[in-house]
Amino acid sequence: MYPSDLKYHKEHEWVRVEGDVAVIGISHFAQDQLGEVVYVDLPSEGDEVTADETFGEIESVKSVSELYSPVTGEIVEVNSALDDAPETVNEDPYGEGWMIKVKMADSSEIDVLLSAEDYEAFIEDEA
Amino acid sequence: MTRRLAHTPDGAPSRGPRETIFELDAGDARTADDSALDVPEVPLERLLGDRVRLQPPALPDVTEVQVARHYAHLASLNFGVDTGSYPLGSCTMKYNPRVSEDACRAPGFAGLHPEQPAETVQGALRLMFELQEALAEISGLPAVSLQPAAGAHGELTALMCIRAFHTHRDGPRTRVIIPDSAHGTNPATVAMCGYSVAQVPSDERGGVDVRALREVLDTDVAALMLTNPNTLGLFDENIAEITSAVHEVGALAFCDGANLNAVMGVARPGDMGFDAMHINLHKTFATPHGGGGPGAGPVCVTAELAEYLPRPVVSRKGEGYVLTDPNRSIGRVRSFFGNFGVHVRAYAYIMGLGGVGLREASEQAVLSANYLKSRLYGVYDVPYDRTCMHEFVLSGSRQKRENGVRTLDIAKRLLDHGMHPPTVYFPLIVEEALMVEPTETESLEDLDRLAEALIAIAAEAERDPETVRHAPYTTPVRRLDEARAARDPVLRWRPRG
Amino acid sequence: MRFVSITGAQQELMLRAVGANSVENLYADVPDAVRLCRPLRLGDPMSEMQLVAHLDGLSRANMPATGLISFAGAGCYDHYIPAIVDDVLRKPHFFTAYTPYQPEVSQGTLQAVFEYQTMICELTGMDVSNASLYDGATAFVEAALMACRITKRRTVAVAGTVHPEWRETLETYAASGLYELEYVGGDGVTRPEDWRRVVGEETAAVLVATPNYWGNLEEADEIAVVAHAAGALAVIAVSPILLGIMEPPSSAGADIVVGEGQPLGSPMSFGGPGLGFLACEMRHVRHMPGRVVGETVDTDGNRAYVLTLSTREQHIRREKATSNICSNHSLNAVAAAVYLSSVGSDGLARVARSSVQKAHYMRERLLETRKFETEWNHPFGHEFALRYEGDATAMRAELLTRGYLAGVIPPDEQSAARGRVIFAVTEKRTRAEIDAFVDEVRTL
Repeated sequence: MYPSDLKYHKEHEWVRVEGDVAVIGISHFAQDQLGEVVYVDLPSEGDEVTADETFGEIESVKSVSELYSPVTGEIVEVNSALDDAPETVNEDPYGEGWMIKVKMADSSEIDVLLSAEDYEAFIEDEA
Repeated sequence: MTRRLAHTPDGAPSRGPRETIFELDAGDARTADDSALDVPEVPLERLLGDRVRLQPPALPDVTEVQVARHYAHLASLNFGVDTGSYPLGSCTMKYNPRVSEDACRAPGFAGLHPEQPAETVQGALRLMFELQEALAEISGLPAVSLQPAAGAHGELTALMCIRAFHTHRDGPRTRVIIPDSAHGTNPATVAMCGYSVAQVPSDERGGVDVRALREVLDTDVAALMLTNPNTLGLFDENIAEITSAVHEVGALAFCDGANLNAVMGVARPGDMGFDAMHINLHKTFATPHGGGGPGAGPVCVTAELAEYLPRPVVSRKGEGYVLTDPNRSIGRVRSFFGNFGVHVRAYAYIMGLGGVGLREASEQAVLSANYLKSRLYGVYDVPYDRTCMHEFVLSGSRQKRENGVRTLDIAKRLLDHGMHPPTVYFPLIVEEALMVEPTETESLEDLDRLAEALIAIAAEAERDPETVRHAPYTTPVRRLDEARAARDPVLRWRPRG
Repeated sequence: MRFVSITGAQQELMLRAVGANSVENLYADVPDAVRLCRPLRLGDPMSEMQLVAHLDGLSRANMPATGLISFAGAGCYDHYIPAIVDDVLRKPHFFTAYTPYQPEVSQGTLQAVFEYQTMICELTGMDVSNASLYDGATAFVEAALMACRITKRRTVAVAGTVHPEWRETLETYAASGLYELEYVGGDGVTRPEDWRRVVGEETAAVLVATPNYWGNLEEADEIAVVAHAAGALAVIAVSPILLGIMEPPSSAGADIVVGEGQPLGSPMSFGGPGLGFLACEMRHVRHMPGRVVGETVDTDGNRAYVLTLSTREQHIRREKATSNICSNHSLNAVAAAVYLSSVGSDGLARVARSSVQKAHYMRERLLETRKFETEWNHPFGHEFALRYEGDATAMRAELLTRGYLAGVIPPDEQSAARGRVIFAVTEKRTRAEIDAFVDEVRTL
């Protein structure tokens, strides 16, 4: 449920580091809480994102949540497949459900993120 | 329980949906209106230039018989107050008097043009004036505008008056406080008025946490927006202290009047220290909901705020009535004077019931809600174990925890019992909320039937949760794929192929 | 009149069940200091018969435009409403129903509104329509706010020729700081070169009405070009009746279309309730205010309708909602749908043609009397403005005594010499009535 090769943000985003690029999506917990995703509002390639600030929104039928970036940097790729198939976020949150890829300005920001174990504990505490 | 049709208006069985009106075709049978034009005809191109439409709009092509049957069928798919119990919390779905429907259709009302000279509309102006006066008496706030078209519109209008009040003094200020139990229109209204929202929590009794409120109150606060009784159906006994605290920092207190049905003739928001309120005529004063509107959201304010009300208001002049502009009016918030057709209905209701009838309506609304609540103790969780006002909140938490049956499922199963569900998932501060408001026009048999249905569903949730979770079964359509509707929106009919 | 059906004995039973001696006990949480200690001063209850007599007295104290030969328009029009329209609106399952939040038992309302949305799209040429707003004026405001959200700009350029009450409503909302207004003046109509001077990179939208307050038709397509060149949206307000014979605003380049839908099946009713309509392109739908009905299927695969894209709205997005609107004018939208279904496109075209031809005929004949003069020769629809050679208010008052409602005098011109009068003519006016009116004018 929470792959150990990823890092996690308190707002339920995950990060997969590929060199100096951070691949970002939302966790299993987040997609489960949301229910069936109907729309993802993502920024564009070239946009800047800042750690702990919002970069977009995700909607289910009855709710809307903000998406928080775990890192600072420039967006180098956006998963446009989510336009036509937003439910991919539910079906494969860590794989095809990725949202943005960010060229990190400061890779040390990864270090303050939660490990899979810590994230799981964090969710249990919240419940 | 036996499978029976959920509702059978006029004895006719309701069937499922069928074609849209665009899929009906009259062919040549449409009765053409063959009255010829009686003035000389000039080619339209000469009059309208290149604006003449080449392709007519694809409107329905049907006979009157087809129109009549189409809408008769659509009506049979609907559940209204006339069908059965409609205990939607904070909506006050009371009976809509038929005499009001006749009244607003009188040619002397329906046929009035808003720009007719004042001397030709004295009856209408008198009606509006007397309605203003009646709402002032009921609210305890002397100055009234009938202009807003809906509750949310009234909230915004009142907040604009408050903003103008502050701007005229030391500046508009920046924040408006709302409780965490507030209806969604409240923060949306705050944003539309250029303010930011500051939230204040509720205490364990369900009222405003007064200590927390005092911490958040300062001279940057323009107003507090409160509903009292609140969205939990509880009267906030600290209300006088609350409005006092608000006034101490020079802010104003606004009352969202959605729950006025609990206290007519018993307590008035003006006497509670509120400076402004809006009233929902389509709730408290029995004007019909019409499937979503039109309603009306008049605003009542203190004498101090009167000069900011939207223009025009109706005033007396000698023996007659005129339209006047308040001195520092914020201006118009819409065209013309308001939803006059709705004003007529509310006026008829108030005149018909009289002061004593309005008080009786509130008292019965409160008694019926408490009675219904008492029948459901032990069956559903009651988060605030206090005497309620005209509505109360239950939680479906136990059913969710023990049986995996959610409030949504309970609501859908109630449809199979021939009743409209209560409000669900509001207020947000109660988990799996069910907000129940029977209103005073339900009979004791209706109340007992509703209680028994809810009790039966709770039992069924234990015994056979799957059945509850896939309800409803007997309605014209069953549960809808709402995700599909949001993901791939189809918002108009198009010919296939 | 009384609608409480619980007897005294039943009340006793209920009180016992809740453990109270009287209803008074149930109000224990209401502090004495805020209690009302006297009866409401509202008069005694009336029987239905008494109430009807009272209301009759009030309605008879009016002289409705529908009982006069009326040429009053200016935003509210006296068109013929087929009898079937009110018949549908009076069906209790339509008018006593709530907002269709439980779609399983609301397919009637939902389908009727879905069909209405479709008809507005057909009339305006736009992709999507919402389920109604309050009136044309607030629809204009909502369109301005929508354009600001889409373009992330704050200035809205408005034609000075729009209805003064719509302009005033825009100003009232502007005071909250959500947008700033700039005006483009015009003599009867605005000109593209005047818009070019005003529209810039801060402009979120141009707001123009065609026909405008004077009944004149504007060059909406050229104004839209000016808007688009600056990256602004074109918001065009239209007459729904005239769209039966006029090109849809989509072809003029409209991004958002609004208007007052009262002429489609709602009585004038002293100005309310009317119907605000708003339609736009599909790509802007997530910024569109108001409810919207969408098509889907149910568990059994049946076609069904449901309120959708709700995350735009106040009950979910709260302070970030596209609008605070909750209750709308749904029943008036249904009235519009029944009206349009009843008249069809040929019927609507006939109403529009008749209104336009009669208006042009009347204007000619009024000019012939030499009591009126024109300053404009702009194309117009079924409404036009002329200057009266004398005291227009007195003229109107005199003609009222002879059974005529002689148009509308703009608020600024009530006491002006040679003030303007705006005349609207609908299909209800016969040639004989128009000729008789003109004869009366001659005798003044």
